[in-house]
Amino acid sequence: MSKVRVLVGTRKGAFILTADGARKRWKVSGPHFAGWEIYHVKGSPVDPNRIYASQTSAWFGQIIQRSDDGGKTWNTPGSSPEELKGPDGMPKAESNKFVYDGIPGTHQWYDGTQHPWEFKRVWHLEPSLHDPEHVYAGVEDAALFESKDGGKSWNELSGLRQHDTGPKWQPGAGGMCLHTILLDPEDRQRIFVAISAAGAFRTDDGGTTWKPINHGLHSEYIPDPAAEVGHCVHRIAMHPSRPNTLFMQKHWDVMRSDDSGDSWREVSGNLPSDFGFPIDVHAHEPETIYVVPIKSDSEHYPPNRRLRVYRSRTGGNEWEALTKGLPQRNCYVNVLRDAMSVDSLEPCGIYFGTTGGQVYTSPDAGDNWKPIVRDLPAVLSVEVQTLE
Amino acid sequence: MAMIRVVLPPHLRTLARVDGEVELEAAGAVTQRSVLDALETRYPMLRGTMRDHVTQLRRPLVRFFVCGEDLSHESPDALLPEAIAKGSEPFVIIGAIAGG
Repeated sequence: MSKVRVLVGTRKGAFILTADGARKRWKVSGPHFAGWEIYHVKGSPVDPNRIYASQTSAWFGQIIQRSDDGGKTWNTPGSSPEELKGPDGMPKAESNKFVYDGIPGTHQWYDGTQHPWEFKRVWHLEPSLHDPEHVYAGVEDAALFESKDGGKSWNELSGLRQHDTGPKWQPGAGGMCLHTILLDPEDRQRIFVAISAAGAFRTDDGGTTWKPINHGLHSEYIPDPAAEVGHCVHRIAMHPSRPNTLFMQKHWDVMRSDDSGDSWREVSGNLPSDFGFPIDVHAHEPETIYVVPIKSDSEHYPPNRRLRVYRSRTGGNEWEALTKGLPQRNCYVNVLRDAMSVDSLEPCGIYFGTTGGQVYTSPDAGDNWKPIVRDLPAVLSVEVQTLE
Repeated sequence: MAMIRVVLPPHLRTLARVDGEVELEAAGAVTQRSVLDALETRYPMLRGTMRDHVTQLRRPLVRFFVCGEDLSHESPDALLPEAIAKGSEPFVIIGAIAGG
């Protein structure tokens, strides 16, 4: 029978929520890495028992963790019990080392001056669609790294950071992070990434060269609203059956591209606010998309104090509020950019986590919602694995 | 040979898989750098957690206390007090109190 495994990263550890295909009774395990910020946890689509996690701390830096048994046990890559046999077998730290390629250079700082690139943390881990040993990492300050040895060692795909526009990239309020990595299932050479606040970028040669794909974005808060870079893209989503169609939640505006990001048009339509963080696509309906509107960039909670997921079945523009089971009064939580995910069961399940520590699920594509857990630390990320 | 005592903060004890104080053999001049080098050699997992992987600079929210004093801003090559070299006082590594 099918099962789902929900991987939740929070401000104080990781939690794993599991249920059978009915998605009614849940088991909760955790916290894993208690007390640490877990920015992201994601499993390999090739080997679902291979899971990567980004464990991070402003005090003690970046740790990469890996499980090879579906999240039951964890080790830093290269430090499994087998690899540590012998008297000198102490856990190693090579897997935590993210070093920019060459001279890091500078980007724009908050005051407009140039500031050196400094590695802070891994925001997002994206396992390859083809090889469980191959995984990408999106980091702050913005850059893309990859590992081809299961996370034991990391190399930067520096063509991105060294793009001509690099000195114009600037941090958003959350830091200058590369937070979205989309791998094209039909073209191994094509990768999309998004950076706050630089914008979206695409490579068509496996990561060697990159181009900004921000034509059509309009951001009133930057000097040139239609600039090539400088846009605070919050999240991009793609349906695997249509990799040329991308959906974007920008700082303000929900956008859509049907030409692999070469041009964008706004599809915010009748949303009560087009500010927000996550955006995702239904597993079986490529034109059904979900966002969680937030009041504004200065008031990070839902409009009218009502937590509503909005669904469009027309690929944008026409949106319906989904409220059954969600708090409709006095609600002041936020939903962060990596904190929404979908399973691939029938009907499709939708999941999201809040800064108030709730993880909600809808086993019927958004019509009805229930909290799986209510009182976790603030949720940073939610990923779902559908297991046969 | 004297043994240097090091107290790690709880999260680093978890990473290093140790309980309580750590004891390290002292060889040559006893400085912040030599203590941290010996600590990282014995527990490689701690590389990057106290000092930057590349620059070897102290991470901003990690502090080094010795005999009740904060020596975080001293030169990493300055000699530490004899009490550290003899092992009568521990070299204390803490995460700064900074919220969260």
